[in-house]
Amino acid sequence: MATTKHAVDLTVNGESAQVMVEARRTLADVLREELGLTGTKLGCEHGVCGACTVIVDGRTARSCLMFAVQANGCEITTVEGLDTDGKLDFVQQAFTENHGLQCGFCTPGVLMSVHSFLKNNPNPSEEEIRIELSGNICRCTGYQNIVKSIAAAAAASR
Amino acid sequence: MKPAPFAYHVPNTIDEALAILGNDPDGSRLLAGGQSLVPMLNLRLANFDNLIDINHISGLDHIRIESDSLVIGALTRQYDVAHNDDVRNRLPVLSNALAHIAHTAISNRGTIVGSLCHADPAAELPAVLTAVGGELVVQSAAGTRTIRANDFFNSSFTTAINPNEVATEVRFDLAGGTSGWSFEEVARRHGDFALVGVVIQMTLEKNAISDVRIVVFGVAATPQRITDAEKRLIGQTLNDATLDQAVADVAAALSPPDDIHATAQYRRHVAGVLVRRGLLRALEDANSSA
Repeated sequence: MATTKHAVDLTVNGESAQVMVEARRTLADVLREELGLTGTKLGCEHGVCGACTVIVDGRTARSCLMFAVQANGCEITTVEGLDTDGKLDFVQQAFTENHGLQCGFCTPGVLMSVHSFLKNNPNPSEEEIRIELSGNICRCTGYQNIVKSIAAAAAASR
Repeated sequence: MKPAPFAYHVPNTIDEALAILGNDPDGSRLLAGGQSLVPMLNLRLANFDNLIDINHISGLDHIRIESDSLVIGALTRQYDVAHNDDVRNRLPVLSNALAHIAHTAISNRGTIVGSLCHADPAAELPAVLTAVGGELVVQSAAGTRTIRANDFFNSSFTTAINPNEVATEVRFDLAGGTSGWSFEEVARRHGDFALVGVVIQMTLEKNAISDVRIVVFGVAATPQRITDAEKRLIGQTLNDATLDQAVADVAAALSPPDDIHATAQYRRHVAGVLVRRGLLRALEDANSSA
């Protein structure tokens, strides 16, 4: 099987990038290995754990289930794009204040999910928060403080 | 990176896609949302020489009401169908089922048609299509044909679509008259595949059941209709005796799998509980629509 490389142009956190990649490289591979943006984590690599969640053209996507060639021409936001000159954004701040993370491995994916979620639903119930969070697995916190952090972020966004 | 190498194709029209597919039908696979296919590639459960990405083909992203059908295109994302008012008003069982499916990041990309073609035995959408009725529209170089829901699911992950065909849309039947539905599911975690699920579509005439479809999923290679129970319920009303008989018919019809998630005995029991509950809910829904 030929391993042809494809030219991919994409915008990541507001900066344009060009890479040459094999079709089988996922968007997560390119973010981490070609662009050095290792904030995006790879957990299960089959769409279950949510650690690799990024925002593609305004909507969350599993970057392990999207080939980088498919992101040609897309705008991507990763966890590295959230802060402003080192100042945490409101979701990151809420997680910091409410102990919303322990080891932090799931946190980048959670933060991206929460951003998209609060944009569509700025005033979620606890049940809605828990349903949304079902797409991101955390093995440390038992979720209590993540739910609390999301509620605090929602309050801060209003 | 986990998948084996493949050649990637990005056609702009159906005809281009069909031409590429025609070169090597058995070694090629269509890529739409990729939320089932890419996990299989990543786990190396599947391996194709050619992936044909249909995301750049126009005319495949639509939700339309056409006379007695709800029509959904091959590229229409599950998230958009779940949040569509026409779907909520005309086929609420589909909106309700979608609330049980996957997580936001998955439904943002995953398609309705893709899930039907993937034909996972534990998936919700094949069961919904089997219960409400409808058809897949598929295209090949030879032309277009339709496949009715009852003829579509052959076995686990296997449908009646030929390797040289592209599914372009699904058409769900819209029930008329005094009709109701229910959707019941038991899963380990919200958004996960069902351990057992039940979809029921019921029509009433003069307060008796004139038509009913009872579909159980997660218990066999394809969504399973409980035809004995369906036949026996025609002309009946629901009471303890008819409900007990339906539950007995469910238990007799099913030979569910034993696996790490649940035993066969547990699945058979839960299927009976869900069918009883689902019949009552479908009746209530039909009465409220009258």
